[in-house]
Amino acid sequence: MSSGPTPGSSLRRLLALTRKETWQILRDPSAIAIGVVLPLLMLILFGYGLSFDIRNLPVAVVVEQASDETTSAEAALRLSRYFVVHPTRTMADAQRRLAAHEVNAILRFPPDFARDLARGEATLQLVVNASEANTARMAAAYVRGAISTWQARDAHDGHPAPEIPNVTLEQRLWFNEANRSQWFLVPGVIVLVMTLIGALLTSLVIAREWERGTFEALFATPVRRGEILLSKIIPYFAMGMLGLALSVVGSQVLFGVPLRGSLWLLVLVSSLYLLVALGIGLVISTKTRSQFLANQITFLVTFLPATMLSGFIFDIRSMPVALQFITQVFPARYFVSSLQTLFLVGDVWALVLPDAAVLAAMAAVLMGIAYRSTHKRIA
Amino acid sequence: MVDTLFRIFALIRKELLAVLKDPKSRVTVLVPPILQCLIFGNAASYDLNRVPYVLLDLDHSGASHALVAAIEGSGVFERAATLDDASQIAEPITRRQAALAVVIGHGFERRLMHAETAQVQVITDGRNTNTAGTAQGYLGTITADFAEAWRADHGYPATPGVRIETRAWYNPNLETRWNMIPSLIGSITMMMTMILTAMSVAREREAGTFEQLLVTPYRPTEIMIGKAVPSMLVGLVQASSILLVAQLWFRIPFAGSYGLLYLCLVEFLAASVGIGLFISSIARNLQQAMIGSVVVVMPFMLMSGLTTPIMTMPDALQALTALNPLRYAISMTREIYLEAAGIRQLLPEMLSLLAIAAITLPIAAWMFRNRMA
Amino acid sequence: MSPPAEAPPDAPRPVHVKAARKVFRPAGRDPVVAVDGVSFSAPRSTLTALVGPDGGGKTTLLRMMAGLVAPDGGSIRILGFDVAADPQPVHERIGYMPQKFGLYEDLTVGQNMALYADLHGVDRDARATVFPRLLKMTDLGPFTGRLAGALSGGMKQKLGLACTLVRSPELLLLDEPTVGVDPLSRRELWAIVRQLVGESGLTVVVSTSYLDEAAFCDHTVALHQGRVLAEGTPAEITARAAGRVFVATSGPATPARQLQAHLFQQPGVVDAVPEAGQVRVVVEQPGLPPRADDALVVACTPTAPRYEDGFMVLFRAAVGDAPAASIDLTRRPDGPAELPVVEVSDLVRRFGDFVAVNHVSFAVRRGEIFGLLGPNGAGKSTTFRMLCGLIPASGGTLRVAGADLRNARAEARQRLGYVAQKFSLYGDLSVHENLDFFASAYGLRGKAKRARIAWAKAQFELEAVARVPSGQLPGGYKQRLAMAAALLHEPGILFLDEATSGADPLARRAFWGRITHLAEQGVTVIVTTHFMEEAEYCDRIIIMDGGSALAMGPPAEIRAQARSGDGHEPTMEDAFIAIVEAARQVAREAAA
Repeated sequence: MSSGPTPGSSLRRLLALTRKETWQILRDPSAIAIGVVLPLLMLILFGYGLSFDIRNLPVAVVVEQASDETTSAEAALRLSRYFVVHPTRTMADAQRRLAAHEVNAILRFPPDFARDLARGEATLQLVVNASEANTARMAAAYVRGAISTWQARDAHDGHPAPEIPNVTLEQRLWFNEANRSQWFLVPGVIVLVMTLIGALLTSLVIAREWERGTFEALFATPVRRGEILLSKIIPYFAMGMLGLALSVVGSQVLFGVPLRGSLWLLVLVSSLYLLVALGIGLVISTKTRSQFLANQITFLVTFLPATMLSGFIFDIRSMPVALQFITQVFPARYFVSSLQTLFLVGDVWALVLPDAAVLAAMAAVLMGIAYRSTHKRIA
Repeated sequence: MVDTLFRIFALIRKELLAVLKDPKSRVTVLVPPILQCLIFGNAASYDLNRVPYVLLDLDHSGASHALVAAIEGSGVFERAATLDDASQIAEPITRRQAALAVVIGHGFERRLMHAETAQVQVITDGRNTNTAGTAQGYLGTITADFAEAWRADHGYPATPGVRIETRAWYNPNLETRWNMIPSLIGSITMMMTMILTAMSVAREREAGTFEQLLVTPYRPTEIMIGKAVPSMLVGLVQASSILLVAQLWFRIPFAGSYGLLYLCLVEFLAASVGIGLFISSIARNLQQAMIGSVVVVMPFMLMSGLTTPIMTMPDALQALTALNPLRYAISMTREIYLEAAGIRQLLPEMLSLLAIAAITLPIAAWMFRNRMA
Repeated sequence: MSPPAEAPPDAPRPVHVKAARKVFRPAGRDPVVAVDGVSFSAPRSTLTALVGPDGGGKTTLLRMMAGLVAPDGGSIRILGFDVAADPQPVHERIGYMPQKFGLYEDLTVGQNMALYADLHGVDRDARATVFPRLLKMTDLGPFTGRLAGALSGGMKQKLGLACTLVRSPELLLLDEPTVGVDPLSRRELWAIVRQLVGESGLTVVVSTSYLDEAAFCDHTVALHQGRVLAEGTPAEITARAAGRVFVATSGPATPARQLQAHLFQQPGVVDAVPEAGQVRVVVEQPGLPPRADDALVVACTPTAPRYEDGFMVLFRAAVGDAPAASIDLTRRPDGPAELPVVEVSDLVRRFGDFVAVNHVSFAVRRGEIFGLLGPNGAGKSTTFRMLCGLIPASGGTLRVAGADLRNARAEARQRLGYVAQKFSLYGDLSVHENLDFFASAYGLRGKAKRARIAWAKAQFELEAVARVPSGQLPGGYKQRLAMAAALLHEPGILFLDEATSGADPLARRAFWGRITHLAEQGVTVIVTTHFMEEAEYCDRIIIMDGGSALAMGPPAEIRAQARSGDGHEPTMEDAFIAIVEAARQVAREAAA
């Protein structure tokens, strides 16, 4: 046994602590769950499960007085992949079915539909169950679309429609020509995974060290506070990057999401966001030493903003101004914006650079706070 | 029997004390749900307003100006820039200064005058397919209305066509918020109660108090009830606070029966608490319990109909959602809150929740004693 | 052991504490003065012991010396550095072992040691010599691949010490390093520490509640309520008891513990402990043997004082009367006295391939105090947990109060009280709330419940701390609260797992006073302990090692097994070590 102060090298202590942290990660199924299982699960759910595309919507069709016209209109609805037609005898019956959620909409052909149509003006009645507003709106739009298609094709019995002035929309969807919502949702997986690993897992592991009293013995060793912080950052940074790799590869293989920007820029921006998330995790855990509180606070300040206020599902531009302002405080919105651009558009420097700069500044500030508020003291 | 009740009551009291004694944790039980409700209620909307767009009007005619006025008069679109040349479109769209570009080509008015069909080109940003789709929908309506008005103004007979008169039940203005906020009652309380429950047992195991509890005359079932009820009470308080925010702040009228709503909530909370207890009986430590509940809650949330409708999911996934208590909670709260549904309509959901609770709770109780070593 | 001659007397002392003060201000409650103007210093290459009751300020003082807690006043210079201003240079030069060493439970024994070796900058060559030695000392050699979380309580403690000793620092601070460690390991551990002091010129400050350990330190500082009660060499402290110590022998019909209980309550008696079948008594007036009932005391002869006697003299002078150690049950357990209440036959417990309990059999009669003794990892706690129904047995039968608690009805558990090894009441609930909860858990309610809670608070002197969250109580109070909670329902059987670990001498006397009294009232008590002299309080003991029973019988019989030819009566500790070592020798030979 040698005598005297042998502080050893900082690098060696850092390596030892990092190795310890890595062992703990590898032994803990919960770390694997959040680093590997969760990204894959979310990828699959986002990719296959979440969709705004309606199909097979049950619609009750009430024909008060059958005619050739109603039959052909009904047939047109039947042909649409959006609907499943449920012929219903009376309006009362249809309303009962709507209330009972057997159908989502009622389309009623009034008694004089054929006569009115011949006269030039017929009215159809559409009732939608709007307790799910988005579905209702889409259902209404699709019904309208199906009827106007039918009208254009069949209503004139093959006679060309008289020329009238009209306006049509020619629609083009840039960056996502096939209109695949997966392309838009998958970047969100990366944000959530990085947030969970960076902030939640880190704050939990540190709170755990406080709760179990492992810090007391650790603090009295030659280890420096910077080394302790780095040893928490390095392994979880690596884990976050693994999550990124899984998500990128998974999204390309499973859904063909293109990566139109450069990979290195994606890695850079992701690293910055991960550092911000780690910084939040570290700061939270210096303020609270209980896993319960760390969990609650992290959830509130990182995870929820990352889902709700980042623009990954809900467009920030549709939010009230006050809320739009609040979103600027949360790092997730900058990351989401950059991710969507890097995946679908390319290296748009004018967008990515400011986002990256904000993230870098946030990371620097948070790391600074974490360093300053970490002391090798227990009371 | 009376003894059992008293014992269970003592356990419930102890649990509530442990949660509510510390002012910090009292705050984390009550404030986040209300905050989340306020934020979600405002953020979680697919309705558009003040969407920035860029305009390229190459026609510069009365008709094109009238169309632009119609577009901007809707309140949905707000012009971010007026362009002179098609080559200028790429930049604002790419840089996200505008969500879409409206291009009115040369001869727009001329075509209308000649009773022809004039085209308006709409370029949308596919990075957010939701916004793009909704914006196109709005524009479609605006242009159709514009065309009709134009025809009327220019002496054309009303189009021989079919007018569709739409009525929206339960949510007359088709506001996303109306269905989003009632859905939050289930989503928020589930997250909180599941984590709270998963933690309560894991924390006791870590502190060694669980062994002390097992040595007392408590039966596993009693411990299970004693653990479940406090979390459910916390969940009910949270649910009530969200309910208040929904009515007092967001002013969404409550149509149904409170009694039925609370009955359904109790069932739902029992099912989520059962899952929470189940997780905590598997978890080896607090961290695993918490991460475990996050990993379970996430898919539950995604597959619940909260953000996207269940019926748009692939059939296999739709079948899997049968195991998801949140799915039932969301449809039940919506149906009660907005549709004033009766118990008969909700019976299948209620039975499903009951089944989930009846499976998870006894398993958890069994695990208490048999996962000790 | 005196300071080496080469250290000049005016050389700066490695530890120099002057008027150190620390006040804790818990939110919403009165501030607590933990350390109140403590001054002491320790010369180089010496062993200094901090002794004193729980809540005396030992831990806070050590934490301040380690730079982990900022003092509110005074100065603390460690190795010449002002530790409050700049702890880093101190951390680079000291070794510190906290009371509860925070091992990484999901790392193996070897990984924990390697981590601390790296943190202290111990290179590979040094490790090759240090590790085997530490592993041998701690008997952890066979377990280097095992997860730290899977070790028994005492083994964890030893691993913590091994992690602290991976390098030999200039100053070693040890906070109760031997709590929960068995006598064999304790001896080895101290041998290492003393060797470090002798060979490497190490300075050690250790807090301990084992006063026999303080006896072989160079210097001792007795702390009480945050202040220094006395300071001096062990000889100086021991001298306080000169002429006041006697050994009393009881008649053959009277067990030593009964005499001890009697003597302890006599006026003028400072301390009384059973020792090798007799009772050691310390009195207030030198030269005056204790007055006692002649029917009990057969002989009373003066004997040489030891450190503990001196400490008790000092301590009783400061504290005043001993806490009431009696305890009165309102409802005595019934049933015929000679019937076995706990029966264990051929009990086996395996964890995978590992046999933790290997065909153990014993029976305990009503009103008996039965002690389970054994080195760390002997299988005591496992046996306990099986008895309480917490884990199932792999083989054999066990009956407690006529039932196997594993699948017994709740009523069977109603009859037992359990005090776990580790404090396991609700730390965030107050003392009163804990008592209230456990009373209700045992089916008490209304007036009866209030009466029992009042009884518990009075018996265990908990009234003053009734509103304090139990997690913030000093160790002695926690132990009393745990006992109180276990006795609220007046159980017929009491299980106590290392209930006196870490408790100070006075608290232990009070504890055993209560246990003795309970047993007299018909309560059956099963207890594990690492204080071998406490085995003297038991009616019968069983010594276990490696999962097997090595010896069983009344303390006198066990001691007789170790009696050597020199006519010297062995203490229980001597006997214990002799029996365990003999058994291990046999096992080694059988293996060879």
